Amino acid sequence: MHFMANPNIFSKIMEALIPWVIVIFVFSGTLGLIFALFISPPDYQQGDSVRIMYVHVPSAWMALFSYLMIALGSLSFLIWRHPVGSLIAKASAPVGAIFTILCLVTGMIWGKPMWGTYWVWDARLTSMLILLFLFIGYMLIGNAFENQNHGNKVASIFALAGSINLPIIKFSVDWWNTLHQPSIFSMKGISVSNEMLTPLFLMAICFQSYYLLILFMNIKKQIAIIKINNHIILSISKKEK
Amino acid sequence: MKKKTIRLYYFLVGFVALVLGASLILNAFEDGIVFFYSPTDLKFKKIDSNQKIRIGGLVKLGTLTQNNELFSFKVTDNEENIDVRFTGILPDLFREGQGVVAEGYLIKPGEFNAIEILAKHDENYMPREVADAIKASGEWRGDTESDKQ
Repeated sequence: MHFMANPNIFSKIMEALIPWVIVIFVFSGTLGLIFALFISPPDYQQGDSVRIMYVHVPSAWMALFSYLMIALGSLSFLIWRHPVGSLIAKASAPVGAIFTILCLVTGMIWGKPMWGTYWVWDARLTSMLILLFLFIGYMLIGNAFENQNHGNKVASIFALAGSINLPIIKFSVDWWNTLHQPSIFSMKGISVSNEMLTPLFLMAICFQSYYLLILFMNIKKQIAIIKINNHIILSISKKEK
Repeated sequence: MKKKTIRLYYFLVGFVALVLGASLILNAFEDGIVFFYSPTDLKFKKIDSNQKIRIGGLVKLGTLTQNNELFSFKVTDNEENIDVRFTGILPDLFREGQGVVAEGYLIKPGEFNAIEILAKHDENYMPREVADAIKASGEWRGDTESDKQ
């Protein structure tokens, strides 16, 4: 994987992938929405409200995945000084925050008719809200320093410390009594019927490719900014000679 | 030692400390983190009758009675039962055999006055035909376990 640490090589791989990611995004999104809204059956308890799951669950997965990418990117940046690690970490934060908000909002919309309340302070909901604050904190800290490199380092340490929240979110429903239902994946298999798994996985692929698209565009932007800044510094130092 | 090896060790030590610290904190605050007590938990806890708590479990089949707006039913975890009384509007998903969380006061052991009722949904998602087929085959598990009693 070390060859990926070179931003130029990474850019080339990225450019080659972008058209494919767009195709997958449009295809899985269109098909996924058709399945989610029309073809899949209503639930035996929840009726049509079950369709909220097809947005809620993939956005929760992607929120956790985005934070995992921040943590891994920060780790490779802090220890091995890989510049691409830092780029991936920074580019994953805004899109991860959006996924988290989407997850929280769709959860609240589902919670009111099903549970009888928009919000409770149980372990799953609270740890997910903390994840949103971690995303926001990471972005703010990264931009709070005059020296960009210094800001990156401090934000990376913050991100790694916050990564302890990921297993807490995942296992909160097993470790403590929560109002939120347990995971659909267990030792007994998947507790969602096949007709409902199709739209769920299609939407998950759609969200994953959306994440990649935003990630690539954000990294391209960051590289462009670095190039412009280097160019300005170079031309100033030439003038001074 | 190379600089990056030293940084890796720093990280590993820091991370172990973080995990230890977090697990100690979460253990210490377990009572505050659990959203509700099960009827069995309550047996081992001393709870004052003016202390607001939440209890959770399944609504025991055949125990729901209604008198105007006053509902009474048993909440069970298939070991212990608690009588719950509630005045108000129940959520749509509330039914016998379903999970429920009630907030209120334990007026005496085994008797609970609820001021708010939340329906708990389980992790099973399926169309009605599948649910009926499973029930017909007698393989139904989970939310209606109490009817085996």
